[in-house]
Amino acid sequence: MTGFLETIPVSPRSGNAAHRFRTLARSPSGLGGLIIIGALAVLTLASFFALLPYDPVAQDPPSRLLAPSIEHLFGTDQFGRDVFSRVAAGVANSALIAVVAVAFAAAVGTFAGLVAGFFRGIPDTIIGGVTNVLFAFPPLLLALSLASVFDRNWFTIAVAIAIVYVPIFIRVTRGPVLSLREIDFVKAATSTGQSRTMVMLRHVLPNLTSILIIQVTLSLSWAVLTEASLSFLGLGAPPPTPSLGSMIFEARTLVYLAPWTMLAPGVIVVLLVVGLNLLGDGLRDTLDPRNRGTS
Amino acid sequence: MLRTLTNNAVVRRIAAAGLTLLGVAVFVFIMLRAIPGNQITAGLGTEAAALTPAQKLALEAYYGLDQPLAIQFFSWLGNLFTGNLGFSSRAQQSVLDLTVRSLPVTLELAVLSIVLAAAIGIPLGMLSASKPNSARDAVGQVIGLAGLSIPAFLLATTLLSVLASSFGYNPNGQTFATLASDPLLNLQQMLLPAVVLGFGIAAPIMRTTRTAVLEVRSNDFIRTARAKGVPPRRLQVRHVLGNALVPIVTMTGLQFGYLLGGAVVVEQIFSVPGIGRQVLLGIQQKEYALVQSTVLVIALAFVLVNLLTDLTYRLIDPRVRAS
Repeated sequence: MTGFLETIPVSPRSGNAAHRFRTLARSPSGLGGLIIIGALAVLTLASFFALLPYDPVAQDPPSRLLAPSIEHLFGTDQFGRDVFSRVAAGVANSALIAVVAVAFAAAVGTFAGLVAGFFRGIPDTIIGGVTNVLFAFPPLLLALSLASVFDRNWFTIAVAIAIVYVPIFIRVTRGPVLSLREIDFVKAATSTGQSRTMVMLRHVLPNLTSILIIQVTLSLSWAVLTEASLSFLGLGAPPPTPSLGSMIFEARTLVYLAPWTMLAPGVIVVLLVVGLNLLGDGLRDTLDPRNRGTS
Repeated sequence: MLRTLTNNAVVRRIAAAGLTLLGVAVFVFIMLRAIPGNQITAGLGTEAAALTPAQKLALEAYYGLDQPLAIQFFSWLGNLFTGNLGFSSRAQQSVLDLTVRSLPVTLELAVLSIVLAAAIGIPLGMLSASKPNSARDAVGQVIGLAGLSIPAFLLATTLLSVLASSFGYNPNGQTFATLASDPLLNLQQMLLPAVVLGFGIAAPIMRTTRTAVLEVRSNDFIRTARAKGVPPRRLQVRHVLGNALVPIVTMTGLQFGYLLGGAVVVEQIFSVPGIGRQVLLGIQQKEYALVQSTVLVIALAFVLVNLLTDLTYRLIDPRVRAS
């Protein structure tokens, strides 16, 4: 019976990155995830390097609410802005916020989880207490309240989302660290006289890679959803910054007049989250030692 | 002997929840202090700049902002214990009164959603697990993935606009009816939000059920039960589901807790005057007392739900009782 705090069995690292990538690409969910995320990554890059067909915030009133055509792949919105360019910029914006938020949460959470699990004692009690407090808030509500505290721009939104996900990384790392510190190779490293911090970073941390890669991927999908929900509620980055959530909010009264204004950002946000979830599932099948050889 | 041990474990769990709540109060208080400006600038807006130093001091004394932080914290905490959650100047009502009205609405929505989610998620998970990697498993998994990936606000907006425009059906356009005043209209107004929330929550419940059932089925005692001739239906429900219940209950409890505050988007879209909408309204109107107190109430409810979930294990799993 697995309680959800049960520790994941850890096996020493095996295989190389290229081999793992091939295994990932062979699983249906892994391949699906790679394709979707790859395609959306191209959109993101195009947006960052200003290679989009139109300026995503430039208004062009004469050509408003045009249906999709060769010139405007996904049509135009009520201000004559190109929906395709806006969607691409929205994906880039979501990706930027999600990546920064998860990177921050993973860095802080992993370090805190490592320290708590490896050193136990007082650090563990303090970190455990903070984790419990942060877990006492429903995630979206916490993000919402934090977003209301700061002056809103993409960075503060990312920080608000990051704070919500820090405790998840603490829990995910602390468990395996508890079992790793009892394994012989860690004890052997300690007995050779290396400092405890060194052992923690050189011998324990690398063995958490698989768990962290899976958790990062899944957290990215939640972060995208959270950012989209915040901007739908008007608590995301302020306009005219294109964001998938606020595009859907603006399009809700245009559904019949110009369904593409809702359909394009709606389909893309679902694709983005589906892609990340598939990738996470594929990575779990590939990297989690419990699943090795079963599929 | 065993009984005292159990009691101790329960007592310890409750004490831990109490400590967490104290931490929550500190966190919320710090958040309140982190807001640029204070109650004075929030109340007066840009006019606050026109205050004379004397007026400013008087207002600070009135709001207690001239006291040391620790004093401010404990007087705030003391007020909370006496039920003084602050006052909403826009609504011209105490936050307690507002909360007493909005909390039951959210609770009703949460109960409806979780019942729907469990009714979809648990059978679907069992169906998926009954034949792993088969067509029916794939269907179950795809529904699960859709539930995880379709944002609630997208599903809600789409449902609302399609039903309202194509069929002229929009019970949520009318003034909200409470369960007591007009049960029929109330249930109609709750149905769509509950479906949207239930669909999203069914996904994690479905996935947890699938994993737990697969794991239980690999145990020897299931093979033994089958060998001694337990009928398949009884085997599925009593032996498999019975033993898979702990993770399923954990996940369901966790999701119920999320609903108490996470329903904010759906409450907003369907104009359901629940507690999530109260927070959002507070944020939009910059009524920080309203936001902080409501967030605290939600966290309290969340911690209580998690505590109850934990204590439920003792009812359904004799091993937890013994340890």
